[in-house]
Amino acid sequence: MRVVLAEDGVLLREGIAGLLDRFGFTVVAAVGDAVALHKAVDEHRPDLVVTDIRMPPGFTDEGLRAAVQLRRAYPGLAVVVLSQYVQQRFAADLLDSGEGRVGYLLKDRIVDVAEFADTLRRVVEGATVVDPQVIRRLLRRDPIAPLSTREREVLGLVAEGHSNAAIAARLVVTEAAVSKHVGNILAKLDLPQTDDTNRRVLAVLAYLDSTTPS
Amino acid sequence: MLRIRGRFWRSVAYLLSTVPVAAVAGVPLGLLGVPWLLLGRRGLDLPQAVFLVLLGAALLAGLGPVVAVPLGAFERHRIAIMDERTIPSSHKPGRGLFGWYREEATWRELVYGILFVTVVPAAYFLFSLYLVLLTVVVTSPLTFGNGEEIALGVVTIHDRSQAWPYALGALVLVPTVPVLIVWLAGAQAFVARILLRGNGLVEVTRSRARLVDTFEAERKRIERDLHDGAQQRLVALTLQLGLARHDLPPGSPAAAAVTAAHEQAKQLMEELRDTIYGIYPQVLTDSGLDAALSELAGRASIPVAVTSTLTARPPTRVETAAYFMVAEALTNVAKHSTATRASVGVRLQGHLLVVEVTDNGRGGADPRGGTGLTGLADRAAASDGRMLLSSPVGGPTVLRLELPCG
Repeated sequence: MRVVLAEDGVLLREGIAGLLDRFGFTVVAAVGDAVALHKAVDEHRPDLVVTDIRMPPGFTDEGLRAAVQLRRAYPGLAVVVLSQYVQQRFAADLLDSGEGRVGYLLKDRIVDVAEFADTLRRVVEGATVVDPQVIRRLLRRDPIAPLSTREREVLGLVAEGHSNAAIAARLVVTEAAVSKHVGNILAKLDLPQTDDTNRRVLAVLAYLDSTTPS
Repeated sequence: MLRIRGRFWRSVAYLLSTVPVAAVAGVPLGLLGVPWLLLGRRGLDLPQAVFLVLLGAALLAGLGPVVAVPLGAFERHRIAIMDERTIPSSHKPGRGLFGWYREEATWRELVYGILFVTVVPAAYFLFSLYLVLLTVVVTSPLTFGNGEEIALGVVTIHDRSQAWPYALGALVLVPTVPVLIVWLAGAQAFVARILLRGNGLVEVTRSRARLVDTFEAERKRIERDLHDGAQQRLVALTLQLGLARHDLPPGSPAAAAVTAAHEQAKQLMEELRDTIYGIYPQVLTDSGLDAALSELAGRASIPVAVTSTLTARPPTRVETAAYFMVAEALTNVAKHSTATRASVGVRLQGHLLVVEVTDNGRGGADPRGGTGLTGLADRAAASDGRMLLSSPVGGPTVLRLELPCG
C-alpha cells in the first residue's frame, strides 16, 4: 500500500514513516505542508494519505482542507486526518466530503502502533473511522433518551465504524444479539435499517450532530 | 495673531452654539425644577416649603440623569469647538440606564446640566445687557433726536452734545467685548472639563487591559513552545516505545519493561496535553470561542449544552477572557454545585459579550465563600467587564459575565 504522509514536525514525521514502514506500508513521500501534499499526491497517486490538520503556513486547518480537496479530486483515495484535539466541525467536514475510505483520528492514537496500522488498513479497505473520543463526546452531550445503557454502548461502537461481528467480539455477546440491538436503536432513532457499516456510521453521526446544539 | 483670532472665533462659535443646546436642555430640566421655582411664591408655610424642596430634589435626582447624561455626552463633543479636544467619557461602557445611577460621572453631569440651564443663561443675559448698553451709548450721538432724553444708567442725557463724552468713553470699552467673549467661553469650557471629564479611570483600565494582553500573549507563546517542542518529542518517543513493545517477544523481561515504559509515556503524553490545553487551548486560536467552548463542554464531567448566537469572532482578548472564565465557572460547578447538567449561553448584546453559565445544582453559591467566584469577578474586572451571580439555596445557579468588545 502506497502512502503519502504530511506532518510538519520532523521528528514525528520520521516516527510515523518508520511505523508505516514497519507495518508494510510504502511511504512514497513524506512532506511538511499542504502545498507539498497536493503536489506529492498528484505525482505519486498513492492509495492512502495520512495528514496532520495543523500545518504551515497558517497552522490552523490546512491539512483538513487539503484532505477534503484531495478526496474530491481523487474519489478512490483513502484519507486519514490526524487532529491534535477533538473538533466536531472537522470530523463533519471530512465525512461530508464523500462516502467511505476516510478516517478522523486524534494524533495520540499513533502511539498504539498496531491498532493505528490496523485502522489505516480498514480505511483503505473502505471503512469510515471516527475517533472514539468524538463519538463519546457526541453521545454525552445530549442523552439519547429512549436508549438503554447497552444500546448506547452499541450505538457508540456503530458510530466508530465497527461491524456487527466486531461489536459482538468487543462486548462478548453473540452477533445475533448485536444485530437485534442495532435494529432496535435504528428503529428508536427513526433511522433507515441497513447493515452497511458506512451508511450506518453516517446516519448515526448525522443524527448525533443534529441533536447537539452547536 | 492668527491663533488669537482663531481663539476668538472659536469662542464665538462655542457661545453661540450654547444657546440652542441650553434651550433644548432647559425645557425638561426646567420642568423637573418646577417645585423649586414654586418656592418663590408667597404664603408657603414650612412643611410646604420642605415638601417642595424634597420633591424637586427627588425629581431631579430621579429623572435628571435621563437628560443630563445625553447632554453630557453631547457637550463632551461640542467642546471640541474650543480646542479640538473632546472629553473622554468616564462612564463604563454598556452599563445601560440603571448603571448610570451608580456612577459618579452621572451626578457630575447632572450638576453640569443644572448649571447649564441656570448660571449659563444668567451670565449670557448679563453679557447681552452689557452689549446692548454699549451699542446704545456708542451710537447715541447718531441716533439722538431733538427733544428726546436718553437714560444711561444713572445719568440722563438731554441733547447730542452731552452724548459725545459718554459715547467716546463707551468706545474705549468696545475692545473689552472680544476679551469678555474669550473669557466667558473659556470659563464655560473650564467648568465643562472639570464636570464632564473622565476621572482617570479609563486610562488605568486601559493599562490593566494591556497587562492582561501581554499575559495572554505570553500564555500563547508558552503553548506554542511546549507544543512544538516537548509534546512533539514525547509523542515521537512514545511511538518508538510502542514499536519496540510490538516487536519484543511477549513474556520476555524486556517486553515487560518496555510495556511499562510505553504505558507511562502514554500517561505522560496525556498529562502534558492537558497541561498545554490548560495554558492556552489551540482550538480557541484556530476556531474561536464557539468551538473552544464546545470542546470545553465535552471535557466536563457532566453534560454541558453550549448555545451561541455569535456570528463573528469577538476580539481575541474578549474571547480569551470569556473562555477562561467559563472554564473556571464549569470547574466550580463540578466542585461545589452537585449539578447533573449545565448550560453555557453566549450572545452579543450591543457591544457587550454576554456569557451565562447555568447549572441545576443546589445553589447557595457565595462569592465570600472562598470559591473561585472572586477570582472570576477579578478576571471580569480586569477586562473592564463584570460578573453577576444568582444562586438561591436549592438552585438553579446562574452566573452571568459581561465583557465589553471595544
